[in-house]
Amino acid sequence: MQSKPHQRTVILFSTIALLMFGFGYALVPLYNVFCNVFGFNGRNEAIDNGTYNPRAEAARVLKEGVDKTRTVTVQFVASENQDLPWEFHPMTGSIDVHPGEVTQVKFYAKNLSDRTVVARAVPSMRPSEGVKYFTKMECFCFNNQVFKPGEVKEMPLIFIVNRNLPKKIQRLTQAYTFFDTKLSAESMADVKAVQPAAPPG
Amino acid sequence: MSDNHHHDHPTGIKRWLFTTNHKDIGTLYLWFSFIMLLIGGAFAMVIRAELMYPGMQIVDPNFFNMMTTMHGLVMVFGAIMPSTVGLANWCIPMMIGAPDMALPRMNNWSFWILPFAATMLVAPMFMGGHFMSGQGPAFGWTFYEPLSGQNDKLAFFVFAVHLLGISSIMGSINIIATILNMRAPGMTLMKMPMFVWTWLITAFLLIAVMPVLAGAVTMMLTDKYFGTSFFNAAGGGDPVLFQHVFWFFGHPEVYIMILPAFGIVSQIIPTFARKKLFGYASMVYATAAIAFLSFIVWAHHMFTVGMPVAGELYFTYATVMIAVPTAVKVFNWTATMWKGAMTFETPMLWAIAFVILFTIGGFTGLMLGVATSDFQYQDTYFVVAHFHYVLVTGALFAIIGAVYYWLPKWTGHMYDEKLSKLHFWMSTISVNVLFFPQHFLGLEGMPRRIPDYNPMFADWNFVSSIGGFVFGASQILFLFIVIKTIRGGAKATSQVWEGAEGLEWTVASPAPYHTFENPPAIK
Repeated sequence: MQSKPHQRTVILFSTIALLMFGFGYALVPLYNVFCNVFGFNGRNEAIDNGTYNPRAEAARVLKEGVDKTRTVTVQFVASENQDLPWEFHPMTGSIDVHPGEVTQVKFYAKNLSDRTVVARAVPSMRPSEGVKYFTKMECFCFNNQVFKPGEVKEMPLIFIVNRNLPKKIQRLTQAYTFFDTKLSAESMADVKAVQPAAPPG
Repeated sequence: MSDNHHHDHPTGIKRWLFTTNHKDIGTLYLWFSFIMLLIGGAFAMVIRAELMYPGMQIVDPNFFNMMTTMHGLVMVFGAIMPSTVGLANWCIPMMIGAPDMALPRMNNWSFWILPFAATMLVAPMFMGGHFMSGQGPAFGWTFYEPLSGQNDKLAFFVFAVHLLGISSIMGSINIIATILNMRAPGMTLMKMPMFVWTWLITAFLLIAVMPVLAGAVTMMLTDKYFGTSFFNAAGGGDPVLFQHVFWFFGHPEVYIMILPAFGIVSQIIPTFARKKLFGYASMVYATAAIAFLSFIVWAHHMFTVGMPVAGELYFTYATVMIAVPTAVKVFNWTATMWKGAMTFETPMLWAIAFVILFTIGGFTGLMLGVATSDFQYQDTYFVVAHFHYVLVTGALFAIIGAVYYWLPKWTGHMYDEKLSKLHFWMSTISVNVLFFPQHFLGLEGMPRRIPDYNPMFADWNFVSSIGGFVFGASQILFLFIVIKTIRGGAKATSQVWEGAEGLEWTVASPAPYHTFENPPAIK
């Protein structure tokens, strides 16, 4: 009968379906942009993609000085992904700091397996908007971590809570999850491992 | 379309395998969805049997999780969606005065993909050691990452979803082409029956979101087998992103399941109230408004992932806004019945039950749509009660009503009025015994998707299980009634129902194999 209009309809709507398939994928960068701008997911995109410059960030924040009149509680949470045979916990669960102050805490990690494991710590902060005001000078989350069988490390995190942290935020929770990257230690040879730090005195 | 075969069509299995006739394909869809309803129902019976008493009694936890997962997947993708496509196939060409669907061969293909997709979906349940340790999906029908990514038979699930998606998209394109290009002369868009309108809008939704679902499962697949990191946190991905992509599909999906039901009820109520639909145009616009809003509210399914307050507020307001067009619909149905010369044949009973019970589900939806209260209800049985009120007493009740409404047209026989009323009352009473107590369980804090629970939840779970078994048994009665009607019964007239209006009621009952080869005249 009239196959022309059908053909047009089929082509039009098949194209829409294909475009929507592409849109599904476009949601990925879109989501990342949103998260980056608004800090939706409690992660620092610059650390994730390796463009973070701790020196420059610290210099900028330190210039603002310390706010002795205000105290912020920073809590630490540590967990390991189920595939990872590790023990991992913060050595300081919670600490009160003044904005602008340089603070160091440590995390304890032990490889319980008899193989060398290359693991990656993924940070996440709640409330998520706090991530923009939490400057890390040193963090074990900057690099992949190589652990020999049974190896124990005390890994430092040196951070500054920025002075311009919104007043409504009185408590920040920084969580780390360690994942097995399934990489071999050899392929990670160029990665600097965190040096065991002196026990807290 | 118009190759006018007046010669005999093939018989036996070949008739069904090669058919391009919209009525045959509609029948295939409906039987397929009925079988899936019984399979998904059997899974639900296992769930209710395990939950009847606290403690572990019948199945092990993995198997229980597989049951909740497969029940959801089979009911959503196997029962509700194909059954409305089946109704569309049977009714839309007859309602708009077209001889068949626009693309009959593609129509055949859209259907015959489904049995293979369903097989692929359930196959992993039978893999791995003995039955109880099956490796089927056990991660919930929402298949959240990272749990779903740990399933060893994930590829089966992914390809099953791909096939289901392809089937839905082809079916939708077919329906759109039929409605846009094949209406009888004079059948303007604003003269189309409401069922046709709701399906047109549903088809648009399907084309817009099924590909997004296909994208999401493809990302899961490449994350697991090809080393990408869309959702894998270790590689820089984000599991929360999965929830966003999934619910961008998932929320329109719930309207894909309910809009055709709205259409059905908008056909049935005017027939038995013997009045025109109170506000036809407002129904059309309300349907379109609901469809539009469904795209911008998805994150109300994930209020507790840790969203900024601004996000929670936005998604709360947008969600509550959906109540407006939905209320337009409910008031429309009520106003249609107001001062109508109502009779209560079985299809009308189902339609009235739909209006009342769906509205209860709508109200609990409002409670869940407000972020502040949702934190309390998230992942509890309150959610389970809510979506079963909208999907069982909503979508399924309307579909069963549609079967009773059009069965005389399809078979040429009236169904057994006494048995069908028994079916209605058994279902309606038992479904409330089944799901209403789940509101209480949820408010008391019972989490969903657990095989064992605190003994404090024991009483209402027992009541709920009894309701579940009766509701399950009632659907066996439905099967019996349908078969009985096909085999015989009082002869149905062309119009079937005194107050029925529309082109499908002008052809003989049963509807001849070919209808409207010459377009009818529309007043």
